[in-house]
Amino acid sequence: MPFGLLKYGLSRTYPAKHHFTPSKDLKRHYDVVIIGGGGHGAAIAYNLAKYHGITKVAILEKGYLGGGNTARNTAVIRSNYLTEAGVKFYSESVRLFNNLSNEFNYNVMMENRGQLTLAHSDAAIRSFRWRAEVNQHMGVRSELVDRQTISELVPNLNMSEDSRFPILAGLWHADGATARHDAVAWGYAKGACDRGVELHQLTEVEDIEITSGRVTAVKTNRGRVECGCVVQAVAGASSIVAKKAGIPLPIHCYPLQAMVTQPYKPILTPHVSSPQVHVYVHQTSRGEFVIGGGSDPYPLYNTRATLDQRETLSAAAMELFPFLAQARLLRQWAGTTDMTPDYSPIMGLSPVENYYLDAGWGTWGFKATPICGVTMAELVATKKVPDIIKPFELERFYRFEQINEAGATAASH
Amino acid sequence: MKPALPPLATRRRSLKLLTCPLNGSRNISEFTYGGEYHTTVNHLTTSARDWAEHVFFHDNAAGLVTEWWCHTASSFWFLAERNTITDEVVRTFKADKIYTQRIDFGTINPESQS
Ligand SMILES: Cc1cc2nc3c(=O)[nH]c(=O)nc-3n(C[C@H](O)[C@H](O)[C@H](O)COP(=O)(O)OP(=O)(O)OC[C@H]3O[C@@H](n4cnc5c(N)ncnc54)[C@H](O)[C@@H]3O)c2cc1C
Repeated sequence: MPFGLLKYGLSRTYPAKHHFTPSKDLKRHYDVVIIGGGGHGAAIAYNLAKYHGITKVAILEKGYLGGGNTARNTAVIRSNYLTEAGVKFYSESVRLFNNLSNEFNYNVMMENRGQLTLAHSDAAIRSFRWRAEVNQHMGVRSELVDRQTISELVPNLNMSEDSRFPILAGLWHADGATARHDAVAWGYAKGACDRGVELHQLTEVEDIEITSGRVTAVKTNRGRVECGCVVQAVAGASSIVAKKAGIPLPIHCYPLQAMVTQPYKPILTPHVSSPQVHVYVHQTSRGEFVIGGGSDPYPLYNTRATLDQRETLSAAAMELFPFLAQARLLRQWAGTTDMTPDYSPIMGLSPVENYYLDAGWGTWGFKATPICGVTMAELVATKKVPDIIKPFELERFYRFEQINEAGATAASH
Repeated sequence: MKPALPPLATRRRSLKLLTCPLNGSRNISEFTYGGEYHTTVNHLTTSARDWAEHVFFHDNAAGLVTEWWCHTASSFWFLAERNTITDEVVRTFKADKIYTQRIDFGTINPESQS
């Protein structure tokens, strides 16, 4: 009976269960202030509270939880990078991702469907062989596959030898996966708030107070907050926020766009990516085809979607999957991505003693969410930089020790 | 610090055309972005640290910036003032507006290199 339902709806005894504790007034002081309530900020708070018993923590988010790039990414999770530092770091994140639903007791809809990157040139085959060797050496499932295997993995891929860039070979990464990005942010934030962390949405950090090389407080649109230390995890706003702390960064912000079609019946299992035609495609469990590609051609702090990009992405996607010509687009959007010169992140210490950086996530940071939570929390709690993130410190640029992941990142995410 | 935006009437929705000081108004697809404009440091006298900062670090400002662009078809490099929030180009101009003299950094003395 509908009236029966109404009774529950209006009853005080059966209130809707809220994921997060409603926001209170800001306290005068927190041990840790995390700027940015994306997946990374939430993951760092979660690990501080759960594994280090540090709960006087505030996440200050200028918009809403997970409304930045966490909400905008195409959720590709993989570890088939090129450098030893990169593969070690991302494969640990993939391992953590595989257990995340259990960790939270909350479904993040992890789907291990594999990732196939296509080679359309001899040069690409050579670099894929190199990557496969590095990956296998480090225990990552990654191998060079021939045209026959590609047709078996993805029967409806256009394997014509008469196309503009015929497919010659592929890099098959069985560990590749996707997960529901919103659920990742919510799972971390819920676990953090349940343990006493405060999530303050609509709270923008406007200024940062530094006294003799240490951060002492942040000024927000809701007042001033003193803090023991600050972790900055603001992705597209990295340069802007770091500048308030007087820290220059090697970052340029470019829009990255993506789009989805209406849902169709399931016909595509793995994630397919082509660095040559600058497109990647996968089908979500709801049936939508997610289509993404390269960044916009010049820097911009704006999340508008462009016709140019829609045309290039559509043309490239149709080259790989001609049947997509019939598909209707549902949405197109953009995020502001914080690109570094070497396509690797900037994590760890900064020139300000108690100010920690989690920045430079560009087009590749969703997959790193769990490992960022673990390592950044460890850094805050122990003041020691964990070995696995040591190579990613800001100082590397001053020593000309870049970690080149450009080739393993372009249009693959 | 919010940058002052131009009045609505002069704002363009997005950057579709760019005025090349040599070739006039052309489609944006004919141009290549060339990075932020900043004064060039002297590689002979600067420290390795300052050189690294010069090469890798950027202002990455939200608001009005001066940057290099190239008209790809004619290989003509010039400067533009652009708002990186609204994507509006305020003006473009030839490099000789800034570089009035030839810059000579001298040559590296091979003896002094170790
Ligand atoms: C279209 C697109 C596709 C992508 N695809 C992939 C992919 O397939 N796989 C992958 O691994 N990565 C992908 N990425 C990259 C990934 O989305 C990001 O690297 C990742 O989400 C960064 O997470 P975050 O928590 O650091 O940042 P965000 O989720 O952006 O969170 C930062 C938060 O900081 C807040 N903030 C900013 N300034 C302030 C301030 N002054 N005060 C308070 N709060 C502030 C913002 O409001 C925001 O919510 C993609 C990105 C885009 C745009």
